[in-house]
Amino acid sequence: MTLTTITGSERISRAFGRARAEGRMAIAIYLTVGFPDRATTPALLRAALDGGADLIELGVPFSDPMADGTTIQRAGEAALRGGVRLEDCVADGASLVSERDATVLLMGYLNPFLRFGPERLAAECVRSGIAGVIVPDLPAEESGELDTVLVPADVARIDLYAPTTPDERLARLLPAARGFVYCVSLTGVTGARAGLSDDVRPFVQRVRGHTTLPVAVGFGIGRPEHVRALRGIADGVIVGSAAIDAVAQGGERALRDLVRSLREAGAA
Amino acid sequence: MKGRFGVFGGQYVPETLMPAVIELEAAFDEAWSDAAFRDELDRLLRTYVGRPTPLTDARRLAAAVGLRRVLLKREDLTHTGAHKINSALGQALLAKRMGKRRVIAETGAGQHGVATATACALLGIECVVYMGTLDMERQRPNVFRMRLLGAEVRAVDAGSRTLKDAVNEAIRDWVTNVRGTYYLLGSAIGMHPYPTIVRELQSVIGREARAQAVDLLGRLPDVVTACVGGGSNAIGTFAAFLDDRGVALRGVEAGGAGLETGRHAASITGGTVGVLHGTKTYVLQDDAGQIRETHSVSAGLDYPGVGPEHAALHDSGRVTYVARTDAEALEGFGLLCRTEGIIPALEPAHAIADLPFVAREHGHDVDVVVCLSGRGDKDLDTVMRSA
Ligand SMILES: Cc1ncc(COP(=O)(O)O)c(C=O)c1O
Repeated sequence: MTLTTITGSERISRAFGRARAEGRMAIAIYLTVGFPDRATTPALLRAALDGGADLIELGVPFSDPMADGTTIQRAGEAALRGGVRLEDCVADGASLVSERDATVLLMGYLNPFLRFGPERLAAECVRSGIAGVIVPDLPAEESGELDTVLVPADVARIDLYAPTTPDERLARLLPAARGFVYCVSLTGVTGARAGLSDDVRPFVQRVRGHTTLPVAVGFGIGRPEHVRALRGIADGVIVGSAAIDAVAQGGERALRDLVRSLREAGAA
Repeated sequence: MKGRFGVFGGQYVPETLMPAVIELEAAFDEAWSDAAFRDELDRLLRTYVGRPTPLTDARRLAAAVGLRRVLLKREDLTHTGAHKINSALGQALLAKRMGKRRVIAETGAGQHGVATATACALLGIECVVYMGTLDMERQRPNVFRMRLLGAEVRAVDAGSRTLKDAVNEAIRDWVTNVRGTYYLLGSAIGMHPYPTIVRELQSVIGREARAQAVDLLGRLPDVVTACVGGGSNAIGTFAAFLDDRGVALRGVEAGGAGLETGRHAASITGGTVGVLHGTKTYVLQDDAGQIRETHSVSAGLDYPGVGPEHAALHDSGRVTYVARTDAEALEGFGLLCRTEGIIPALEPAHAIADLPFVAREHGHDVDVVVCLSGRGDKDLDTVMRSA
């Protein structure tokens, strides 16, 4: 196995680097593991990759998802009814990495990660080639408990920043960022939106002033026109609720078509 | 460390809220050290809330439970009928001072929602209250009260449809409208600085009770008890006694159908350490870290977490935490009605129900102060149905 020869951060920068070399935006797809059910998830993840996704975020379901809108809330409830655990998410990630050499991140709330154990989390990520972890309820101030084990393991813990984050805070925190910078496009929870927030352009420009890492925009992104509008501003987009909506409406095929249309919009 | 109680507490919130909680901490510190703000709050507590509340010498109750004296701190006699108004009014004044035009809150029993709607009506601020649909059913009069007071009540039909889910929805609203909205949290839970703000605003209970007890007894009481949901009336009561090492402190959680059944809301006596609603504390969770559904006959105690300061006071041993069941609480409810002519809320009925156990552990020759956190009008339906 060559899994250990490439670190999480290297995997992420390779994924963004490939998209950039092809003159297009990177597409990250979020899917809740266990939606619509446990058995379907692996095929959906492959469909997202077949459609051209550059990164996969495996949504770890949590009983109290305070940063999520109804789409991801409902997907998480279905997953929990099906008994999905963090172990299942890691297993799905491991097979995507070994079969497709994919760039996979775990995205979930802190409590299940703490319960699993930070050291065990780091070890499992390394073992299965999972590149990073995104924790929406873990601001920089509280990240020590995970960072002390993830940093030495070269598993990237991706920071999120928001339009409300002041410049002074960006300047202080961004030098420690790893992998890529996750910009929350709006003040609000996840969920597909019709238009792009006015906040996003000036916000991403502020972030760029403090980092050379790739910058991806998420929350509320789901249409080709959103991706087109972000060309030249961001290096990638993260699409969650719209991907789950596509799955709910048309399964693998609808998901693959959505990803393809987003990828084309980012290359135009 | 700021915002920590030992290993507990903290600010586990989405980045979008970080600037808001930092701003809130600074605004509260500044207001709390401003004599004009404190004077205005004191004036309202006196002339509007009806403070100081009395300390009632409950002789027939004491005889019935086998204690020398039971002194009831009468938060049930405040305007709106529960201790929640102490914090709601203080925070609404703070919201106004911060220039926020909109206040949001969560509520379980509806007492915090009513208190918040009341404070917002008094100060002329827009008010939205989130409430689980199960709680809306069992505390219907309070839903009507909030609407009368001009608040918008938004039903939350997710998860267990109780307080926990109302908090989730309030946080989502705050994340969305953070720039102009003040989140008026109702208990000593959640992310820093709320556990500290709520303790400071509720500590008027303990300050008054301590002075009144010393007046009445000529010395400090032996035991001080309060019910613990999120823990605001308890921390407000305990705060004044923490340094009185001779005073035993006792928090009473909701034992629901019994700890052994798993159907309860006793986060300290029946839970483990985790992170919920922005704070590290004792929570009720399964082995995968999912927050469990809770059960209590009293909506105000039906929450799977507890304020982080209580978690630390439990670990240090300064406060003893116990749980009393639904059935015991209903007995305590009836006992106080019959012996003292006071109809308590079901939440503090847990503390009344615990008094015979206090006698068993501390002996009969002890004087006990109990925080009677609210009155029982809101619970008559529930009690009638369980009779
Ligand atoms: C009368 C009364 N007592 C106690 C509580 C529990 O809250 P806390 O533990 O924050 O005092 C409530 C909550 O609604 C209440 O209404």
